[in-house]
Amino acid sequence: MIDPLTLEVFWSRLIATVNEQATSLMRTAFSPTVAEAGDLSACVFDPRGYMIAQAVTGTPGHINSMARCIRHFLDACPPETLVPGDVLVTNDPWKTSGHFHDITVVTPIFRASRSSTESSGPRASISPLQGVGDTLQPGEMGWGEAPDLVAFFGTICHVADIGGRPFSTDARELYEEGLFIPITHLFRAGVPNEELLRIVRANVREPDSVVGDLYAMATSNDVGGARLLEFLDEFDLPSIIPLADEVIARSEQAMRDAIQRVPDGTYRHSLTMDGYAEPGRPGEPDREVPITLACTITVTGDTLHVDFDGTSPVAPRGINVVMNYTEAYSTYGIKCALAPDVPNNEGSFRPVTITAPVGSILNCQPPAPVAGRHIVGQWLPAVVHGALAQAIPDQVIADGSSSLWITQFSGSDDRQSLATGGDGVGGRRFSMVFFNSGGMGARPTKDGLSSTAFPSGVRGVPAEIVEARAPLLIMERSLRTGSGGAGTHRGGLGHRLVIRADGITGDLRFSPFFDRTRVAAPGRDGGHAGGLGDYFLREIVPSDPPLPPLRPHPKATTYVPQGMEIVMDLPGGGGIGDPRGRDPERVVADLRDGYITQPE
Amino acid sequence: MDHRYTGGMRQPDPFDTPGQPVAKRRPIRGASKKKWGDGMAGVGKTHGLEAHWRAGIDIGGTFTDILLLDERTGASWFGKTLTTPDDPARGVASAIAQVLQDANASTTDLHTVIHGTTLVTNALIERKGDRTALVTTRGFRDAVEIAREHRYDMYDLNLDLPRPLAPRHLRFEVDERMRADGSVHTPLDMGSVEAVASHLREAGFGGNTGAVAVCLLHGYANPDHERAVGDRLRTSLPGVRIALSHEVAGEIREYERTTTTLANVYVQRLMEGYLDRIRDALSASGSPARLLLMLSAGGTATVDTARRFPIRLVESGPAAGALAAAAHGRETGRTNLLSFDMGGTTAKACLITGGVPPVTTEFEVDRVYRFKAGSGLPVRVPSIDLIEIGAGGGSIARVDRFGLIKVGPESAGADPGPACYGRGGTHPTVTDADLILGYLDPAFFLGGTMRLDVKDAREAIRMHVAEPLGLTIEDASWAVHSVVNEAMAAASRMHAVERGKDTSAVPLFAFGGAGPVHAAGVARILGSREIVVPYGAGVGSTIGFLVAPVSFDFVRSYYTRLDACDWHTVAGLLATMETEGRNLLTDAWVNPGDVKFAHRAELRLVGQAHQVTVDLPREALDALNPGHVDGARAREAIQDSFDYTYRALYRRSAPPVAIEAVNWRVVASGPVPVVALPTPVAPVPMGETLQSGVIGVDQSPRSQWGRGPAGVVRPVAWPDGSGHGAKPGNHGRRGGWVWIDTPVVKRANLRTGVPAILGPVIIEERESTTVVPPGWSVSVETSGALVIESGEALASGRDGTSGWVGRDARGPASGEATSPRNVTS
Repeated sequence: MIDPLTLEVFWSRLIATVNEQATSLMRTAFSPTVAEAGDLSACVFDPRGYMIAQAVTGTPGHINSMARCIRHFLDACPPETLVPGDVLVTNDPWKTSGHFHDITVVTPIFRASRSSTESSGPRASISPLQGVGDTLQPGEMGWGEAPDLVAFFGTICHVADIGGRPFSTDARELYEEGLFIPITHLFRAGVPNEELLRIVRANVREPDSVVGDLYAMATSNDVGGARLLEFLDEFDLPSIIPLADEVIARSEQAMRDAIQRVPDGTYRHSLTMDGYAEPGRPGEPDREVPITLACTITVTGDTLHVDFDGTSPVAPRGINVVMNYTEAYSTYGIKCALAPDVPNNEGSFRPVTITAPVGSILNCQPPAPVAGRHIVGQWLPAVVHGALAQAIPDQVIADGSSSLWITQFSGSDDRQSLATGGDGVGGRRFSMVFFNSGGMGARPTKDGLSSTAFPSGVRGVPAEIVEARAPLLIMERSLRTGSGGAGTHRGGLGHRLVIRADGITGDLRFSPFFDRTRVAAPGRDGGHAGGLGDYFLREIVPSDPPLPPLRPHPKATTYVPQGMEIVMDLPGGGGIGDPRGRDPERVVADLRDGYITQPE
Repeated sequence: MDHRYTGGMRQPDPFDTPGQPVAKRRPIRGASKKKWGDGMAGVGKTHGLEAHWRAGIDIGGTFTDILLLDERTGASWFGKTLTTPDDPARGVASAIAQVLQDANASTTDLHTVIHGTTLVTNALIERKGDRTALVTTRGFRDAVEIAREHRYDMYDLNLDLPRPLAPRHLRFEVDERMRADGSVHTPLDMGSVEAVASHLREAGFGGNTGAVAVCLLHGYANPDHERAVGDRLRTSLPGVRIALSHEVAGEIREYERTTTTLANVYVQRLMEGYLDRIRDALSASGSPARLLLMLSAGGTATVDTARRFPIRLVESGPAAGALAAAAHGRETGRTNLLSFDMGGTTAKACLITGGVPPVTTEFEVDRVYRFKAGSGLPVRVPSIDLIEIGAGGGSIARVDRFGLIKVGPESAGADPGPACYGRGGTHPTVTDADLILGYLDPAFFLGGTMRLDVKDAREAIRMHVAEPLGLTIEDASWAVHSVVNEAMAAASRMHAVERGKDTSAVPLFAFGGAGPVHAAGVARILGSREIVVPYGAGVGSTIGFLVAPVSFDFVRSYYTRLDACDWHTVAGLLATMETEGRNLLTDAWVNPGDVKFAHRAELRLVGQAHQVTVDLPREALDALNPGHVDGARAREAIQDSFDYTYRALYRRSAPPVAIEAVNWRVVASGPVPVVALPTPVAPVPMGETLQSGVIGVDQSPRSQWGRGPAGVVRPVAWPDGSGHGAKPGNHGRRGGWVWIDTPVVKRANLRTGVPAILGPVIIEERESTTVVPPGWSVSVETSGALVIESGEALASGRDGTSGWVGRDARGPASGEATSPRNVTS
């Protein structure tokens, strides 16, 4: 038992350590999704592999799946085989966060054995910064005979490219989706694994960026490790295990207390999403393959179990979810509703168990394609919230747009202008990915947030940045009047985004990852559903007679014809409560500001 | 002026006390002292021959601080008066008059008044500005509301996002479109501008009401359309304040540029009125003094500039504090130090390296969740880069659901204030804990003008912290004190790390009311071995006003790879910014020959999103002379600078990837006033002089207790392991700390040359209390600052002289001493 003061001090220090780790990664990363959108995570594990702290950043799909990934690293590379300067890497979707684009880097942190330096006064910290990336040999770093393994630091980041098809849901099997890096060494005793780096460089479209990010991740783990060693030295702690036990025990207890407050029972809920619809043959309508996500939540005392029996089987395209990712978004949804202030760590996971049928879309097996797994995975908080709403309605928000509307563009940038990064000749290949979010569902006591990512934790990218980096013009980014589901508390609005090519002589290749174009976000307790999403291509200058809009599949790669622009109408969130119960002043304000056109 | 106190004439010879044995006198590490005004050539000379006084005035929420300096003699006078919130200008005038009278000077002797204010920040937080509209590119009126589509807290689904300063019904669109490279995609349709103007007229804009921000897409790259819109609106809507985004914050990223432009124009009318009243008050008093305003970036500007760009004043008070720390550091040879300013509501930290505070353009105002990054409106103006956290004397302590003690960011403020103020506050605060632990004297708060009630403090701590945790009131107070230290240290360290710096072994420069109370605890966690508490710690910020040069920052976005850059464009941008800077500064009475420029580029590797700010080297500037541009040479020199800076920041060479530039910056500055710091001059009354032998370095540790100068001792809580001080009769041992009867001395009685005093000792002055723990020593250096050094800097051989808190923090629950090594037991 550590007293509250000491624990507060130690715990804050651990959290500061992982925040430093994450900050270092954001500042040195190349992938725009990491640096601009914040698609990364960072955490520390004790030597047994228990996650004890995570950075206050990142996105739930990473963090919770990282908590699970460490055991796979330990299986593949047992601690006794690791030496100072080792850095491990993988992008195995099943062992980490569900698709090849997310690379996980884990660094074991050592310090000199107590016995070897006991006589020489306070132990000098062994800064891992002296090791990785330099050509120092272990002996030169001043390690004694058998350094102690004190912790692991891990980071995940979404790299710019991983080979295979450009980022999309198009693949029919995993092998099309790019390079698979099984758990292996990125550095061995401080020496880079050149074979691996050569393979990576040979396979990806942006080798400098991807290899740069691998280095940035290793560096950020070093930064975290160096800070942890200082902390252990300062307080003369031989190990973080006692601290880890305390942190885990308190978090576990707090989570159990929160579950205890939920009435015992079994709560069922299911949602239907657009899923993947096969495009019809010319002249035929699309062949719909809607997806059902079903869950049963069983609360027994201080434990909570979620089972996804009744969920649809794997889909033929890359929207399938690995179990790690299913666990990640399910536990995230539960924690938001039950215990938002309980820190995320091994302890907060223990009272919650998740199962899904093997072969279902939530527990897919290789070689199922998985690149767009977020589309389905990010619905899981809504699914568990729907079940929990039966037990604790005051703690659960209504459904919103759920998954990010990711847009991936590529082609040839033929702009001549030097100011936009052109080389004066034109023909530069470009690849641009950015995230867009519809409205969140209403909250039990407040309106939903308009155009705000949930459950994802990433950011949008400014239009001016998009246009400076890619030959695109964003012509409109406006809230969709009336798209927030009416209610005592209104759902958040979605927005319209209009994008066209500008400075491309060839084709503009566009991969959308869109859902909620067929099933709107439902309202709750008399609240209305949010506005449906829509996506189409239209003529920039209408011809005579005007051509009807084209409606490509919302999850399939398309080539945007010359003279047409992309219109995306992002979905709105559902409302809560009867709209007639809404404060009249708020209705007047909504009318004045054009969030609605007429009161419901 | 109830709360006035004065310093007085500075001793002509800082090396006083001849003949006194000086056990530990810090050598003066700086250059020889200079008088005020040495660096002010071109300022003082142009303005009356007789005028030789400068004044710095800082208007805070509670107090207005003033510092008056006689440039001829170097004498300095402090004043402190209650702020007059109904009309701050009145308070300024009366403060000046009073302090001039104290100094026996007349208003005609005053040639410059430098002023900082929280008016802008308060107007934004309280939403007291003008009715404000936005005019933007067709399709983008909601970009300012859609913002970054981001929740700043991952788990709290009830969070609120900041409201845009212009509501949706006052956001208008015009037909026009620029591309990222500044070329015109759609020409501006003046008809659509006229339509907006008539909408605004209908909405009541005109005359004495209304403000409009014009922020068009890529306006930073080509401002033609913004200018045309602005011109038309000015003609159509006389009296309405208009701000153009490329002038206020000419940087890429439409959301941030828009929020900055809106914030600027939102407070413009308010600021104009305020500045006019101050100027009127000054001239009414018969003073010929000119008024300069302190900017967030650490420079000063004329009233005209402040009227146009009030948003540049947003953090002027805290900026001045950091500037004062930097000036003190330069003066005393400490070019690297951590400025630590802890007041009633917040603590501010700023890591100063090379004698200069860092400047950032990332700043947020009106955070919905106070201090939570991302919850405010971004403001892209240059500001001194400091971290502010909700940890001050008034911060409220509570126990969270994990049974952990948390402090702040909620504050009891000035009203009702901490429980011990006896004004109805029932929540325990840091000040309450400090009082219970003996750091503060209930009878000598604010120099005795206010009494603190220990009973109320104890009751608040008992009810909200001690009882819920099963602790004694003293243990709970100890925990609150320690937790807030830990929070401030963590924030300071994070602040440094984000900038690639390290706080350890950097001296702490402590000021603000609570700064010197908590500095030692923070220093221990950060690994600092030296704490400097300046003379006049309570008005530390005003010193910063007097050392700030007239200065202004310019920025232009030109986004390009260095290997594909049109260097003539770069040369042109830099030259334009220099011209604007020279004009602005000569308007502020700076001789054209004294204007200096710093040139910077924000660079990154292609593919990275975060820029590194690089000073353009002389080589590059030579190669960018508009007359004969040598692109290859410029590029090479800039690349070298980038590589060097990148290595310094990230400890690793940049990968071999092309470099791109995002923004180009020019800072135009006048001469930096070279100043001697104010020092205490009041002669020490006989009989109260501290003599070595009463409290002195040569005394054996045990002999000093209970023999303070006037026999003033009180029990004070110190970390356990302070060992040598504990003696029978003390309150005895509690978990992690001990009571030690500790001498209390008045700061006015400490003087340069007196041998270093060993801690523990409490040093009291009117606005603050300095805490010197066991194992640390304190002396007064010639600048008048208290210098507190850790035991490691002292003679060794005494137990417990270092690491005086954390290593022995142990649990009251464990009953007896356990070391952290056994924490699992």
